[in-house]
Amino acid sequence: MPYLGSEEVVKELRRALSNPNVQADRLRYKNYITKVIRYMTQGLDVSALFMDMVKASATVDIVQKKLVYLYMCTYASDKPDLALLAINTLRKDCADPNPMVRGLALRNMCNFRMPGMTEYIEQPIVAGLRDKASYVRRVAVLGCAKMHSLQPNTEIDGTIVNELYALLRDPDPVVVVNCLRALEEILKDEGGVVINKPIAHHLLNRMKDLDSWAQSEVLTFLLRYRPRSDDELFDILSLLDAFLLSSHAHVAVATLRLFLHLASAHPTVQADALLRTSAPLLATCGAASRELRFAGLCHVQQVMRSQPGLFGTHYKRFFCGYSEPSYIKFRKMEILVELVNDENVALVLEELRSYCTDVSPELAQAAIAAIGRIARTYSEKCLDILTGLLGLKQDHITSAVIQTFRDLVWFCPQSTAAVCQTVGACVDSPQDSEGKQALLWLLGEHGDQISSAPYVMEGYIDGLKTELSSAVKMELLTAAVKMFLCRPAETQDMLGRLLHYCIEEESDVCVRDRALLYYRLLQRGVEETRKVVTGPKSDPSMSVLTGRQEEPISEWDSTFNTLGPLAGCDLCPQTAATSAADQPSCRAENELLPESTDVTLSSPDDAEEEISLSLGPPLSHETFEKMWLDLETLHRQTLGFPRPRAAPDTLQAALQLVKIQTLAFTPGDTVPWKAYIYTRSTETLILAELLQGDQQAPGSDESLVVSVKQQPVNQHAIRGFVSVLKSVLQTLNVDTL
Amino acid sequence: MISQIFILSSKGDHLIYKDCILTTGLLVALFCLCLYLLILLQSHKGLHFIHVRQGGLYWVASTKTNPSPFTIIEFLNRLAALTKDYCGSLSEKSVRMNFALIYELLDEMVDFGYIQTTSTDILKNFIQTEAVSSKPFSLFDLSNVGLFGAETQQSKVAPSVAASRPIMSSRGEQNEIFVDVIERLSVVIGSKGVLMKADIQGEIRIKCFLPTCSEMRIGLNEELSIGKSQLKGYSSAVRVDECRFHQAVKLDEFDTFRILKVCPSQGEQTVMQYQLCDELPCAPPFQLFPSVEKDYVNRSVNLSMVLIFLKLRCDLPPKSTALNVSITVPVPKGSTSMSQELSSPDQTAELQPKNKALLWEIPRFPGGAQLSALFKVDVPGLSSASLLEVGPVSMSFELPKQTCTGLQIRFLRLSPTQTGLSQRWVRYVTHSDSYTIRI
Repeated sequence: MPYLGSEEVVKELRRALSNPNVQADRLRYKNYITKVIRYMTQGLDVSALFMDMVKASATVDIVQKKLVYLYMCTYASDKPDLALLAINTLRKDCADPNPMVRGLALRNMCNFRMPGMTEYIEQPIVAGLRDKASYVRRVAVLGCAKMHSLQPNTEIDGTIVNELYALLRDPDPVVVVNCLRALEEILKDEGGVVINKPIAHHLLNRMKDLDSWAQSEVLTFLLRYRPRSDDELFDILSLLDAFLLSSHAHVAVATLRLFLHLASAHPTVQADALLRTSAPLLATCGAASRELRFAGLCHVQQVMRSQPGLFGTHYKRFFCGYSEPSYIKFRKMEILVELVNDENVALVLEELRSYCTDVSPELAQAAIAAIGRIARTYSEKCLDILTGLLGLKQDHITSAVIQTFRDLVWFCPQSTAAVCQTVGACVDSPQDSEGKQALLWLLGEHGDQISSAPYVMEGYIDGLKTELSSAVKMELLTAAVKMFLCRPAETQDMLGRLLHYCIEEESDVCVRDRALLYYRLLQRGVEETRKVVTGPKSDPSMSVLTGRQEEPISEWDSTFNTLGPLAGCDLCPQTAATSAADQPSCRAENELLPESTDVTLSSPDDAEEEISLSLGPPLSHETFEKMWLDLETLHRQTLGFPRPRAAPDTLQAALQLVKIQTLAFTPGDTVPWKAYIYTRSTETLILAELLQGDQQAPGSDESLVVSVKQQPVNQHAIRGFVSVLKSVLQTLNVDTL
Repeated sequence: MISQIFILSSKGDHLIYKDCILTTGLLVALFCLCLYLLILLQSHKGLHFIHVRQGGLYWVASTKTNPSPFTIIEFLNRLAALTKDYCGSLSEKSVRMNFALIYELLDEMVDFGYIQTTSTDILKNFIQTEAVSSKPFSLFDLSNVGLFGAETQQSKVAPSVAASRPIMSSRGEQNEIFVDVIERLSVVIGSKGVLMKADIQGEIRIKCFLPTCSEMRIGLNEELSIGKSQLKGYSSAVRVDECRFHQAVKLDEFDTFRILKVCPSQGEQTVMQYQLCDELPCAPPFQLFPSVEKDYVNRSVNLSMVLIFLKLRCDLPPKSTALNVSITVPVPKGSTSMSQELSSPDQTAELQPKNKALLWEIPRFPGGAQLSALFKVDVPGLSSASLLEVGPVSMSFELPKQTCTGLQIRFLRLSPTQTGLSQRWVRYVTHSDSYTIRI
């Protein structure tokens, strides 16, 4: 390794470089220089050779010059005094008749990072800006930026800035783009380069001359520009239209971002742009380069946040290839879950099923979890698959399936019976602590439905001494207490043993405290314990909330085509903020908005003028009908939006969440569509009818009409009820669009 | 804006390191540690690393800003492609030998972290170093050839080495131009032999060794139709769903005569990309008829085995062959050993307990042929559910001189002003991107 004994190597190289015989033989001399660079790349400190290398720079051989310059740029900051010796040669080269030599010298001179460099480079740069050769101008323009970065705190030189703005009109496209880049660097503190109307239009007209890299960069700069009128906006969009379908993914995506940004007030234009770009985006998802594929997938995911249906028909494009790396497979599975609908569910499940036996346990578990997510909508088919997987008797699969079951039962209680039956029949138990916890939770929560539950639990209690994870012990304690509450006779003895062990012998403080807590609680009596320990068995509302909400495009377009989607979060908020600096307050508001709507949804009671609804004892159909006919309609209101297209279960669950009971509704798309609902508020019973599409009721073609009857009358409660109802239905509408 | 660019060997050694702007030196070491996690993007103290893997090397860029990932990834891919053009092939060795050349390239391509140009036409004026090619030909290199591996076995077509030499060599070699039609096939076949998914991603790639080349005309099938809406009654039509062209391609004769006009610059470039989804114009190249059974050798000691009988038919036209066919069949966990009956000695099969799979390799598979194989896999403690673990079968192969879409190049004409003799080669190859058959 050259890292060791570097001194020897350096000494030897110096001897060779200063040997007159070697110097005379150009080829050998160059070979030694190459060697120096090679060591430099490998991390060896060859800065001691600086003097010899400076001598080598005085040559007509351009290759040798380039190598020496590379060396000098690397070590100039370490040896500023010696680097000054090289400057004369460089300045001489800056006046060379060959533009390539001029450009090379200027570029490298600007790359020297040492204090006091500015005074030497300023004059050549200014000369370079007016050079005949575009190559030199390119270098000189960026040289301005380099010069500024050498002394970041000095005052900005107005003449140079003006000169750069003037060079935006340069015939050479690279010079134009370099000007933008340089101005951006120099004016960083003032918010970057200013894109006003003439500049924007000039850039737009030059777009065709630029190469793809420059195009995507200019498109990013154009994000700053706000067209004055709609006419101008549409002119710009039609000018850029061809770039949406560019064969370079980075240009297509950058154009899309600009479209989304410019047309933020025209959702149809945005939707159209997304639709048209879906083809190039999908093409990147199947690109030969895996990395490009990954970036494409991440951006597809982002687009799907607003347009979940856009890629629905292309779901097969997201089937995993067997040789793909797992980071791509994970993303593809996430997308597949989002794309499931009635038509493709069978095929998608079959595909996911085939990933469940993958060699990689992580991938298999992710596939199982994905099936679990789909099970929230299509429980029956998924449960069959998951049950089948248990038969494989492989630890990681069993554990993942049990965990999926736990989540499933929590999210959709209608699958509880099937899950309990499967869990009861399942012979082998998971071995890892995550899986154990899930199984114990299921046993404790639904012990009444799993006949073998106490025996399974007894096995765990007997094996307590060998159990290492305290999380499992805690879960076991909770589960045992819950089970005791529903099946006391079978559990009493083992619960006693468990509590005894945990209080007397357990070394983990948390477990001991938990055991003591339950012990004292049980001492207070069974009813007390029941009140404390048992909670809701499931939370159907969660599935409504976790269901996909269509986000407005403005939620994500600021991070579109940045590293953000790849990292899965807003990667560098400070830069994202500067890119959207023109409207920071608006952005902040947008970020807050969805949260606040969530709050009103989950606890409407405190948001709506102190009215609290409750379910109370259920009403029978007959009672409802009798009361409905008897009572007068107190309130009729057109809600102003159509009925939610959500599935009946979802509608019912959502209403239940805000304590409104659904009695009956007409199925599917029948016209007129009706639903009867009721709820109780303080001392009063509210009955309501939702109606759409009835010829007799005015204004009900397009929008939902609610009629409310009440006994006894309480106008305050009706107002509260209608506003709660409205917010729920609206949320559902957003949800299912 | 790129802060640093480096090329690392698969072990993590720095082959090339370019610091574009003043940064805090070597964070590369840290990056190498994380590389094995195979994450595309990593961040450390506000410095983001993006890497691309090509030719067994890591091509890494780091940045402090928040740029477009597509730009960076495509740039790194382009850098790798250019390196390949200039050095002949992509390998640790060729990068090591040509590092001066690559530094020179990088110097012209990136200035102060900004991409200046990546076009070979411009670059060739500035690049002075000559490529050092690694050994002209060795058996060892055969494995790297990959794409053109097909040709190495046939003597009458262009020698594969020809396409993997540096574009700028001054030794008076033949003026050659290669036009490759490359398709990647990704197919899922359901358990009953139903075609569930079929996608073809194709591209026409030109590799040009001519120092100067005026306009070239590439004629595609005249009956090529583009888009989904066309009538499907005419079965002879070659159809693709959509296609995209390199921006230098002139399309004025494309609509009427299906002729692409392009002035290729030196090196490799993709002139056209196309894709066809959900539909194959021909039968899928392979059909598999599997049967999986459980067999108890000795019930008392619980010695059991799985019998996997595979019948594989190649539905290619009889004149063509598939090469390097390899079939991977997942086997139940805990499989210990395997015995096999294969139909010819050049095939091999082995059990890979680590991957829970058996690998059956067929070096050459003529069209229309049918091969069968019987595998007996010993699995102690087999349950009936374990059979579910067998499948899906995945295959990889190469179909030389074949395009699944039927896209052909009718003619290739260099403009008459072209001086000197030039050799033109047209090659077709279809690769399996992912070919999965469910059992």
